[in-house]
Amino acid sequence: MARLNPDNTELAKELIGHYPRPKSALIPLLHLAQEQDGYVSDEAMIHIAELVGVTPAEVLGTCSFYEMFKREPVGKYLVNICHGIACALMGAEDLISHAEDTLGVKAGSTTADGAITIERAECQAACTEAPCLQVNYRYRYRVTDEDFDRLVAQLRAGSLDDEIPPHGTLSRPAFRQHIPDERRNGPALVEGGGEPVWIKRHREMGQREAAEAQETAS
Amino acid sequence: MTDIDETISTVQVTIDGRAIEARKGELVIAAAERNDVYIPRFCWHNRMNSVGMCRMCLVDIDTGRGPALQPSCMIECSDGMTVQTATDTVVKAQEGVLEFLLINHPLDCPVCDKGGECPLQDQTMSHGPGESRYVEEKRHKEKPINVSDLVLLDRERCILCDRCTRFAKEVAGDPLIHFLNRGNATEINTFPDHEFSSYFSGNTVQICPVGALTSTPYRFKARPWDLAQTESTCTGCSVGCRIVVDTSRDELLRFNGVDSEPVNWSWLCDKGRFGFEAFERGARLTEPFTRREAHDEPEVVRWNDALERTAAAITGALDNAGAGSIALLGGARLTNEAQFAWSKLTKGIIGTDHVDAQLDDGLDPRLVLGLPRATIAETCAAGGTILVYANDVKEELGVLYLRLRHAAVWDGAKIIEVSATDTGVTAFATASVRARPGTAPAVIDALLRGGPTPDGVAADVFARAAELLADDGHEPLRVVLGRPSLAESADVATAVARTILDRRADATFLTTLRRANVYGAIDMGLTPGLLPGRVTLEDGRASVASGWGIAANELPGAPGLDARGILAAAADGKIDTLILLGSDPLTDFADRELAERALQTTPNVIAVDLFENDSNRYAHVVLPASGFGASDGTTTNLEGRVTRVGQAVAPPGKAHADWVIAAELAFALDVDLGFDSLEDIRAEIARTAPAHAGLTEQVLDDDPDGIVFPLPRPQEPAAEETSTEETSTEAAGGEGA
Amino acid sequence: MSGDRVNTDQIPHIVTGRLAAHDDAHTIARYEATGGYAGLRAALERTPDAVTAEVKEASLLGRGGAGFPAGVKWGFCPPGVWPRYLVVNGDESEPGTYKDRILMERDPHQLIEGILIACYAIGCAQAFLYCRGEMALAHERLGAALNEAYAAGYVGKNIMGTDYSIDVVLHWGAGAYIVGEETALIESLEGNRGMPRLKPPFFPAAKGLYLQPTVVNNVETLSNLPWIMTNGAAAFHALGAETSRGTRLFAVSGHVKNPGVHEVEFGTTTFRDLIYGYCGGIREDRDLKAFVPGGASSPWFFEEHLDLPLETKAVGNAGSMLGSGAVVVMDSETDVVKASRTLVRFFATESCGKCTPCREGTTWMERILDRIIAGQGRPEDVDLLLDVCDNISPELTWPPKQTTICPLGPSAPPSVASIVRRFPEEFERYLGTSFEVTVAMKGAAYVPKPDTAAVATGTPGETAS
Ligand SMILES: Cc1cc2nc3c(=O)[nH]c(=O)nc-3n(C[C@H](O)[C@H](O)[C@H](O)COP(=O)(O)O)c2cc1C
Ligand code: SF4
Ligand code: FES
Repeated sequence: MARLNPDNTELAKELIGHYPRPKSALIPLLHLAQEQDGYVSDEAMIHIAELVGVTPAEVLGTCSFYEMFKREPVGKYLVNICHGIACALMGAEDLISHAEDTLGVKAGSTTADGAITIERAECQAACTEAPCLQVNYRYRYRVTDEDFDRLVAQLRAGSLDDEIPPHGTLSRPAFRQHIPDERRNGPALVEGGGEPVWIKRHREMGQREAAEAQETAS
Repeated sequence: MTDIDETISTVQVTIDGRAIEARKGELVIAAAERNDVYIPRFCWHNRMNSVGMCRMCLVDIDTGRGPALQPSCMIECSDGMTVQTATDTVVKAQEGVLEFLLINHPLDCPVCDKGGECPLQDQTMSHGPGESRYVEEKRHKEKPINVSDLVLLDRERCILCDRCTRFAKEVAGDPLIHFLNRGNATEINTFPDHEFSSYFSGNTVQICPVGALTSTPYRFKARPWDLAQTESTCTGCSVGCRIVVDTSRDELLRFNGVDSEPVNWSWLCDKGRFGFEAFERGARLTEPFTRREAHDEPEVVRWNDALERTAAAITGALDNAGAGSIALLGGARLTNEAQFAWSKLTKGIIGTDHVDAQLDDGLDPRLVLGLPRATIAETCAAGGTILVYANDVKEELGVLYLRLRHAAVWDGAKIIEVSATDTGVTAFATASVRARPGTAPAVIDALLRGGPTPDGVAADVFARAAELLADDGHEPLRVVLGRPSLAESADVATAVARTILDRRADATFLTTLRRANVYGAIDMGLTPGLLPGRVTLEDGRASVASGWGIAANELPGAPGLDARGILAAAADGKIDTLILLGSDPLTDFADRELAERALQTTPNVIAVDLFENDSNRYAHVVLPASGFGASDGTTTNLEGRVTRVGQAVAPPGKAHADWVIAAELAFALDVDLGFDSLEDIRAEIARTAPAHAGLTEQVLDDDPDGIVFPLPRPQEPAAEETSTEETSTEAAGGEGA
Repeated sequence: MSGDRVNTDQIPHIVTGRLAAHDDAHTIARYEATGGYAGLRAALERTPDAVTAEVKEASLLGRGGAGFPAGVKWGFCPPGVWPRYLVVNGDESEPGTYKDRILMERDPHQLIEGILIACYAIGCAQAFLYCRGEMALAHERLGAALNEAYAAGYVGKNIMGTDYSIDVVLHWGAGAYIVGEETALIESLEGNRGMPRLKPPFFPAAKGLYLQPTVVNNVETLSNLPWIMTNGAAAFHALGAETSRGTRLFAVSGHVKNPGVHEVEFGTTTFRDLIYGYCGGIREDRDLKAFVPGGASSPWFFEEHLDLPLETKAVGNAGSMLGSGAVVVMDSETDVVKASRTLVRFFATESCGKCTPCREGTTWMERILDRIIAGQGRPEDVDLLLDVCDNISPELTWPPKQTTICPLGPSAPPSVASIVRRFPEEFERYLGTSFEVTVAMKGAAYVPKPDTAAVATGTPGETAS
């Protein structure tokens, strides 16, 4: 769809500034693109390649490795139903069938109204709360068929909008890390990175003490 | 190297029960191979970083903690290490890997270009499981897709060894093909609608261990068992990469790079690799012909008639206006032997020094010969500083670019580039100093003096470059020197060299004249003022004349005109006979208008060439030459390295070898050049050309990588030590630098 | 050890104490009010070497899976090579594992404090907190906590007024289990595909992030540091047993009455304590069929292993591992072939694709299992399946040998090897016939039911089907 807009371009530059090497910001920037458009477009990857100083092929190489980056638009809500071992033992397959039946789409696809995409997902680190699912990576625990239906109704009605931003937004802006200039120490560049001051201080102190100890001993 | 160094740099390793000595840091797979133990592999390539991902090279390695399966391509030999390459565990693991590679590999070997020379196929024959236990469906992908005009990718055949992608990123610096997706869905591809447009893409085809990458030009051309192979040297440019020429039914089909340690490390640029296509496609000259007037319909004639007409023109010119009315342009395309023959014909027999193989597109030959020279390996050695003031090596000398890039990216060399615009080198230069055309000598002088920053040069870049140059005090400065653009006079490069030598007497130079065998041409005397063997007319007069069996005064009396001078003289009507020896001034000389007037005005234009071109349409006599691939001989690269080129196919039609044409023309002039074979010529070169003393068939055969002339001189008696400065290069070039 | 011993839970809750007591444990106000950042203050008053020594003395084992002692690992950074980096492994994705997320969501400052203590001791110039992508709440909580901590002077320039300065950068993953492997984590942090590097030569402590010395530590590992700094190594070392000191988080999931995450004494608590004590036993009081003791990669345990203590060495000797503290319980009704397929599918899906045996082999295994479950298995398929396993993990030993770079590929075989011997009849049911096994399985846990040794060989006719 689009390159990063001016605000996001600024944000991208801030993120790049967090790292000793620009390419390290690649995944955060891809998230940013996905937050902007709901998926990662080719244009956004080209823009990111420019910002980071690599080729678009390298950006795609990284992007396509990771499950979360969608290269085609998905529903406003991405519902990932866990089919990992703990959830599978606790009825995940039944929940998935229920979801497919009630939404009328197979896992991996989007409802006709574009509201909901359902996917099978690997273990979500909520195994004690099986079966579980995530909506745009926000958890729902011990989900019954009824819970699922209620969730879908709420999503469609928009009553969860405060809690669950549209697909692409992970951290809502208010909770994002922002390093204030006055407190910022800066990225530790590989080139010219010397011994940290506090290490040096303690080392020299230790050497001085050892020397003194030796002096007093002799 | 002292004995102590020796012991530190080698380690004792036992491979399959045999004690061997390995270099410290040498990979197990390489040490084994050096000792005739071949460990199968797919991803490992000796010229790229190991990734250890195909897992085919697993062997049992014991470093004291018991044997464990380890990839021999990742593990460095260490003292006391025991390696077993054929235990049951190893064999089982390797067979397992092979089976895994095959389960999704299509069974289309019979229609695959790689069939018959495919490492996967070969391994399967020697190691593989006989019958497939895989009853599931194979992976399916769209059959070959064009990743560029030259390269096709069949993702079904791909075994994901990371060779092509590693090459693209690590060696060429063009990461335009990449692993995409993950796990079982992993594939190689480009970014959507972006081409794999690399000057070096053909190498990926050569190193692909299966038939996943094939080249469009070679596709379905031949089966490996139909191919004949001839080792040779690419003459696409002056780097002189070693190659194997594949032919079938007298047709050039394919070039593959040979791993020549001093030169190309197995790589080729696409121009060199695929350039031969021109030989197959262009309108080759196959018969001699003559014209009454420029642009007339050619009239095909017999060789004798063509030669006689040429001889008549030359004799006429000699009679009417003397040797000075005869000139020769070109010769860089030829082998050393042919160049020598033409040099002898023009300078020794005809007596003209208006001979120039360059078309005012390079450097002053006396500068080239006079500078302290360095080889590619010396210039691109690890660490230290390399100063580049040259034509864009990425565009013109592809594999030298790769070597420079390797030095900078992997071996810690710092490159300082001085240029008017971005070049290919800029991407990995530590400092790229922008200097307006013509200002380079002043800028470089300031850099070497440590300031002040000249006007118009970015201060920070200048400071970084100056600092680097100041810091490397102990290392000799290595310089890559060429002529950045035809718009800039060659004198600027001369001034640059002088400046550098003034400030850094220890500097060594690799010059970057571009054309195929232009260095051979200079060495063989196809340049004004010089005779074969890097000597001036004056210095070499006596010895060369005696070598040629002529009187010293039969050689030209004074240095002749260079290309510009020859064309200007011709345009003024002062040249009666102009020989275009494989040159096309209308295309290659900067001032086309002058070239055009020259060709129009000259009464006799003789062209010796492979193809029809703009200039030889003016020729009154056109003599077809056999050219690359159809001639034997030797060639000289930009280091002064002499290697053999091999005849792989018969000359087209009635074309003759260039040296034969020279000899025949001499014969038509009633002179015997004195040689019947290439061996004869080489023997005469060794006798006549001071810089080529020691050139023997044996020396050429001993090292297919070639030898750099002049050969190191045999140890001189101590008494002579005082006359140190006098070397053969100095003799020719004292005034150049 | 008594079979029905229930842990009385009198031990200190080193990493979960605050979050168990307070819903707002994630705020800096609550954190400071409950002794937060005292560990950092204590550390800053000592020399970096003394802090490392304290952690070594505590015998804090890494909680990420490999169980390497943290203090020792820090000491592996080659002296004099700078800069060094800390990479926090918050990529928790191993099936069954659920502990790091709780710590990140519910007590982020404790983790941040742990990071700061570690970096101070190691001499790191920058820290990167790599949080699994799919954990939106954790991102928010960590982001907010870092902002608070920066504002309060705990992170950034001149921490707490000293000359110790460091940025902690929150980094998000994007969905790839393999990125939890430390070298893949580093690749990912460099902006690359998360494909592991071979160790050697790429041991992170020597050649890690940007090929610089890098310590990779797990979230739970680091979360222990504030407590150790305030309470001392001795107090930590006093808990637990043998090679397993302190407390440890275990997530018990599957067919138990009360699944949950529990911080228990390491080394002394038993599996029985966990399953029957903390978690109330098997649902509907059914029989235990099997359990996964340490995450999806671990060979399964059975009834006879219940009284093993949660002690690294003891569990290792029995042929499995505690791994990431993930115990998944299966009751008597479980279809173990399907359960195994679920695990194998996971590894096939998550293979990075770098090594041939893992990329091709795990998918092949999944296909064979799919076919067997679909009723299209052939008698020879089980042996074929095991031979594929053997080609990924030679001889099916424990600890596993591998034909791969990292242990992900070799993590697929254990569940298969665990059930072929133990429950051959379940395969026979799918195959409709008996089968023969020729592939050797050397792992100590790959054994038949103790009382029915004959069955486990899968010899024809042994079971009625
Ligand atoms: C396939 C694989 C996945 C892993 N996943 C994780 C993970 O999600 N979190 C983690 O902390 N360690 C994981 N590890 C272990 C790490 O490689 C590493 O040992 C650990 O982060 C070191 O931290 P520790 O010493 O504090 O335990 C994984 C290892 C492998 C082989
Ligand atoms: S074993 Fe699998 S996951 Fe690990 S590096 Fe190899 S292919 Fe990747
Ligand atoms: S050649 Fe060693 S792993 Fe491929």
